[in-house]
Amino acid sequence: MLKQTLAVLAGALALSVSAADLTINGVGASFPAPVYRVWTYGFSNVNKDVRVNYQPLGSGAGINQIKSATANFGGTDKPLKIDELNKSGLLQFPMLSGGVVLIYNLPGVKTNQLKLDQAVLADIFLGKIKNWSDPRIAALNPGLRLPKLKITVVHRTDSSGTTYIFTDYLAKISKEWADKVGAGSDVKWPAGIGGSKNPGVCNMVRKSRGAIGYTEYTFATEYKLPVASLKNKDGKFVTADSEAFSAAAAHADWKADQGFYQMLTDQPGADSWPIVGVTYILIHRDQKNADAARAMLKYFNWCFTSGRASAAKMHYVPMPENVVKMIGDYWKNEITVNGQKNAL
Amino acid sequence: MFYQFGKKENIRDRMFMILTLLCTFIPLVVAAGFFILLGGNSVEAFRTFGFKFILSTQWDPVQQLYGALPAITGTLVTTVIAVGIAAPLGFITALFLVNAPKWLGYPLSQALDLLAAIPSIIYGMWGLFVLAPVMQDYIQPFLADTLYLGKVPFFGEDYNGFGFLTAGLILALMILPYICAVMRDVFRMTPAPLQEAAYGIGCTSWEVASHIILRYGIRGIFGAVFIGLGRALGETMAVLFVIGGIAELPTSLFGSGTTIAATLANNFNEADGLLRSVLFALGLILMLLSLSVQAVAQLYLKNMDRKRGEK
Amino acid sequence: MSETTTVARRPMFFRKLLNSVMWLLSVAGVALAVFCMLWILWSVIRNGAGVISLDFIFCGSKPAGEPDNGVGNAILGTIFITLMAVLIGVPAAFAGGIGLAIYGQNSKLGNLIRFSVNVMMGLPSILAGVFVYALLVVTTGHRSGLAGSLSLAIIMFPVVMRTTEDMILMVPAAVHESSLALGMTRARSVLCIVCRSIKGGLVTSILLAVARTAGETAPLLFTALWSDAWPWHYFTQPTANLPVLINEYATNSPSEEMHAMGWGAAFLITITLLLMNIVLRYICREKKNA
Repeated sequence: MLKQTLAVLAGALALSVSAADLTINGVGASFPAPVYRVWTYGFSNVNKDVRVNYQPLGSGAGINQIKSATANFGGTDKPLKIDELNKSGLLQFPMLSGGVVLIYNLPGVKTNQLKLDQAVLADIFLGKIKNWSDPRIAALNPGLRLPKLKITVVHRTDSSGTTYIFTDYLAKISKEWADKVGAGSDVKWPAGIGGSKNPGVCNMVRKSRGAIGYTEYTFATEYKLPVASLKNKDGKFVTADSEAFSAAAAHADWKADQGFYQMLTDQPGADSWPIVGVTYILIHRDQKNADAARAMLKYFNWCFTSGRASAAKMHYVPMPENVVKMIGDYWKNEITVNGQKNAL
Repeated sequence: MFYQFGKKENIRDRMFMILTLLCTFIPLVVAAGFFILLGGNSVEAFRTFGFKFILSTQWDPVQQLYGALPAITGTLVTTVIAVGIAAPLGFITALFLVNAPKWLGYPLSQALDLLAAIPSIIYGMWGLFVLAPVMQDYIQPFLADTLYLGKVPFFGEDYNGFGFLTAGLILALMILPYICAVMRDVFRMTPAPLQEAAYGIGCTSWEVASHIILRYGIRGIFGAVFIGLGRALGETMAVLFVIGGIAELPTSLFGSGTTIAATLANNFNEADGLLRSVLFALGLILMLLSLSVQAVAQLYLKNMDRKRGEK
Repeated sequence: MSETTTVARRPMFFRKLLNSVMWLLSVAGVALAVFCMLWILWSVIRNGAGVISLDFIFCGSKPAGEPDNGVGNAILGTIFITLMAVLIGVPAAFAGGIGLAIYGQNSKLGNLIRFSVNVMMGLPSILAGVFVYALLVVTTGHRSGLAGSLSLAIIMFPVVMRTTEDMILMVPAAVHESSLALGMTRARSVLCIVCRSIKGGLVTSILLAVARTAGETAPLLFTALWSDAWPWHYFTQPTANLPVLINEYATNSPSEEMHAMGWGAAFLITITLLLMNIVLRYICREKKNA
């Protein structure tokens, strides 16, 4: 019995050793996880000798594990400031952005028909506007027949980057939200019920009349839920689509020497969608293994180029070409291998 | 000690015996390990909030303020609902299954036992995709509007298909086979002469069940209830998707809340620092809860075994 | 008893009515319970049976929209994780059960151990995940299939230990006594009995342990996680497995295709576990009759 057990163990070990050519481990944000899944699969199809793993365990885990060097790269929705990056010897660059949208369930109200501005949106989520027949909503939506229905706010019950992006926006547009609730991957919600993960929120909104919730755009389209138009920083009402998301990303002022630090919520620009999140990658400035570093950069580069189409298909917004070029230069200038510059 | 090493006893026997004796102690070692690891990891939470942590209702991840009370009460409420439904249901189903002819009773009890074989994630999916819509469209409107239970306090007029009642129903279904199995034992172990005597003086079968069997086997029935309590306390996947997931004290039967297990499942993977310690502390509380419930159950069931022995 | 006398004084009609009502209620109770079981099964079959195909069973998991999408890696991963859990948990639990049967009768320590085994049996499975997370994931720095196996082994352990002890105690005292009379020590006699019954007993134990744990999700969430890769990196990396895959696909995926695959995986695991339970019941029944 014992002998057989050992033999099985040894066999499994041998297998696991032989199959590992070069493994790149990433840990981090769950917001971009659906795209990363497609990317790692697509990349491994053309690069059989490299295996990329991405575990969507949250931004916090991404930051912790890259700092403790238990992963090759970390993903985070919460960018680090340049001081912290320098202190921990990390480099940071944006990978992709995506929009968070408001979904609702109102009989007779189709997608993009409902218009909300900053004050009303914040007050709905603060629980101060309780009914869809509220005059403040009616004032924004002349001509729209709004039912007399109680508003049910649906939010995430698990911690997530989507919540961080959404609450960051609410904290920017409403002082009361910033004071009372704040921004975070999970917050103390003043109103509403919780759904597990994005589909949980979508299901609850779809099932209960009078519900409003937030989710990533790709889930809203897959679940065919109506999406609200929002008033952006320039005071224009915009509808949610990839162009509006890219407009927000395009208006941003990317600075490599700041670690591309940027929160894309509440960006200026007439056609910018107000709630857009960027997700970042963290890597060590000084790489220990040249082969692994090369493979990792090859993977990121593949994502920025060949991966664009699949990201766009899932309604995420790839980085603009000029930003991708900036990132390439950033790698070239900053990454060292065991202290050596230009080693890659 | 029964055992003495004789001259002829060969070394292999002795090794085997030492090994089995060592393995016997594994449960104690594991139990100690649970306390050490869960306790050790929750020190930070208790140091930050003190033991008020258990009675505090705050849950503000941004301010890093946490309290365990909403999760604890949510756990207790779902459990009580589940047992409140499953215990009487278990009793009357056992009544039928024991008294039914064998060709009917046997396959039906087997079918009922198979409820326990279905993985909890399946209950969770079923609850989310099948039961919750049915609850919202039919059962809750019927209870709240047709029976006017919505006006009764603690029921709540607002319903959306999710919440404590839905979670409690699924849990009731999950623990029913366990409760029913023990109840059937209780019915069978009631001495036949006692039952026959009762029938002999003209009791109906319900009177035998409610006056003779219930009294005779009350400890076993309590044991069954506590087994069910223990199962329902820590169930995760079946509750997770339908509980509504908000860290607030329960307000009504149709309302949403959270349980300790659901809080763990939702937050554990993405937690670090103080929150992780808080979750370990919640785990410790869940362990103590389930430990005490199991202990009570064992006490009752042990007495039942003794009684059976006397027979 | 005073209650009995009051019962007797009630009119016969009322007593018979109550009896019929309770009888009807109990029929309704059984019908409801069986109906719910069939309802759950029907949901799983209706939503899941359609996607089952050879590709589904043998191809690895891929993002939505890719051809040849399946759950083969998760099936293999579940087999790895469960098998390893059996290897870790069952021999130790079997030995522990034998030890308890030999040394643990009528001793305080034995009763304490028996008590803690019973308590462990009712321990919420998610706590096994939290425990192994602290024990193995924190110390090694990564989630792995092995960690998943360990958490399942903790759940298996008390089940197997109890059944083993019961199995040995079921052997009639006369067999023990006659072997003692032949000059065997008690340990020897138990050993012989165990050796004789080890085949059937071990198989039952393993089946029981597997049936009990193969569908567990909560403990694997924090330990094995899941992955699109085939489970060759079982010892060092997150490992694909069916329960967590179902959790991800059915409740955390935007696409209909993934939902259908989640139901398909649910179908596979439910049917397998039900069959396993039925076989187990058959074996145990044979034994009782024999």
